[in-house]
Amino acid sequence: MAVDSYRYLPRSFREGYEALPLQAETPVWAPLGVPVEQASIALMTSAGLFLKDEQPPFDTEREIANPLWGDPTYRVIPGDVRQEQIGAAHLHLNTRDFFEDFNVALALRAFGELQTKGRIGQLADEHYSFMGYQERTVAEWREHYGPEVARRLKDAGVHALVLAPA
Amino acid sequence: MPVLARLIEEAGIATVIVTMMPDTAEKFRLARIVGVPFPFGHAFGMPHDRAMQRAVAEAAVRVLGEATAPETRVDLDITWPVDDRTAYRDWQPSEPSPIVGYNLERGRAGNA
Repeated sequence: MAVDSYRYLPRSFREGYEALPLQAETPVWAPLGVPVEQASIALMTSAGLFLKDEQPPFDTEREIANPLWGDPTYRVIPGDVRQEQIGAAHLHLNTRDFFEDFNVALALRAFGELQTKGRIGQLADEHYSFMGYQERTVAEWREHYGPEVARRLKDAGVHALVLAPA
Repeated sequence: MPVLARLIEEAGIATVIVTMMPDTAEKFRLARIVGVPFPFGHAFGMPHDRAMQRAVAEAAVRVLGEATAPETRVDLDITWPVDDRTAYRDWQPSEPSPIVGYNLERGRAGNA
C-alpha cells in the first residue's frame, strides 16, 4: 500500500506540496559498485542532532530573528556516539524523542546490527546531521555543504549514503 | 534533503532516502526511495522499538542492493502504534516555528 505523504502534514501545507512541480528534468543514478554485503554505508539525518559537549547547536537564535533563514551547516556524528552525547536543535519538530532514542532519526544501532549479521560491509565512522528547515533556494546546501559532504564521503571510501529527512 | 541526495548521487555515491513524504521525494527524480508511514522526526520508527527500526534499515539496504534503475520506490506497510490525532500532535513543537509566526503576522497585516 502506498504511503500517504500528507498523513501527518498540517492541512494548510498540503496544497503547496501537492502542487510542487517536478524539480529535475532527469533522474540521478550512481550504481552501488560493490555487493551491498561489502558496502561501506553512512547515514544522514536532518533532525538537527549535534554533540552537545563538543559542537555548537544549530543557530536557532538567528532563525528566530529571521524566520526565512535556516542554519545550513552540518555536524559530524561518530558511529560510536552514545545517547547521552546527543543534543538537538530544531524549531519545527518536537525533539523529545531524539533525547529518548536518537535512533528514530539516525539509526546507527540498526545498521550496526546489520553489519554484525554481515548484511552490509561496514557502517562508516562518520555520519552527518543537518537541520532540515532551510531557505527556499537551498543555495548553501547546493553550493557549499552538499559538495563538501560528498567529498568527505569519497575520501572515506563510503559506497552508499542513507538519507533520512526528519 | 532531496537536494542533498541528488548532489551526492551525482558525485558517484549511491543514495537511498527514507522518507515520510515519498510523493515529494519522487518530484526530485531520486535514485532510490523508501516511503515510511510514520510521523515527522521518526524516519526509522518508534523510540526503543529495535524491531521496527531494524525493519526500516533492512528495507533501505535491500533497495540499495537490489535496485537496478533510478526512481525505484518501495513503500513500507508498518503500523504506527499511536492514533493519528495523537501522533499528529506529538511530532509538532510546543511553540509554533518562527516561520509560522511570521506568516500569521503577514496574514494579519494583509487583513488589516
